[in-house]
Amino acid sequence: MVPLSCYLVLSGILFVCGVLGFLIKRNIITIFMSIELMLNGVNLSFVAFAAQWHALSGQVFVFFVMVVAAAEAAVGLAIIIAVYRTRETLNVDRVNLLKL
Amino acid sequence: MAGAVNLLAQSHPINSALSLVVVMASLAAEYLLLGAEFVAAVQVIVYAGAIMVLFLITIMLLNAGAEERTNGSRIAIRIGVPGVATGGVLIAWTLLHRADRQAFAIGALKGDPSDIARLLFHDFLLPFEVTSVLILIAIMGAVVLANRPEGVARGPRKDG
Repeated sequence: MVPLSCYLVLSGILFVCGVLGFLIKRNIITIFMSIELMLNGVNLSFVAFAAQWHALSGQVFVFFVMVVAAAEAAVGLAIIIAVYRTRETLNVDRVNLLKL
Repeated sequence: MAGAVNLLAQSHPINSALSLVVVMASLAAEYLLLGAEFVAAVQVIVYAGAIMVLFLITIMLLNAGAEERTNGSRIAIRIGVPGVATGGVLIAWTLLHRADRQAFAIGALKGDPSDIARLLFHDFLLPFEVTSVLILIAIMGAVVLANRPEGVARGPRKDG
């Protein structure tokens, strides 16, 4: 028997780790991975609430979140590749102009 | 959780990506404990399989090295860490004080794939179709974005 709050605290820790990485990391790929970490923390709380209230809709929502995350990863990594081709850097501090 | 902290601690993106794999796998085990077998399987397939392979291919393709420290990163650390710490303490305090202490059994939920399929294809049929269109558009956008500019001139296709 594990209380719901344990799962929620773990999911909160994952989310805070994601926010922290998003803020302090300067590598654009690592920032992207932090976003994935935040999505996973939210997914964990979805599943925990679904188990608490015996509602399967939460798991269906997790499925949709995963689909959106996959689409986002594909587009985001393509954008990263395009940025790297034009600027030869992955540091977000050096990508400060929209137009070269 | 250790994997998540490791993701932040590593400066090299490959190490971060591998610790993210650890986080995904342990989350899949967590879902199994919660009785959500379908979600655990999808977690392993989609995240640990597809998304992590995408990340690793991008890291290797771009030959990403260790990140350098710049002025902006120091400012971000100085302002970001206290703010995030405050937010985290606030979240933890709210959760621990407002949450009811009612425990539930491990594997309490019937997360049968057949039940989920019934829900997904009856009640959520329209969102399911919309996500398929969304992912098709995302693939097309990724192909167009990652295409080399000179590739447009070389090939007979018209892109972008």
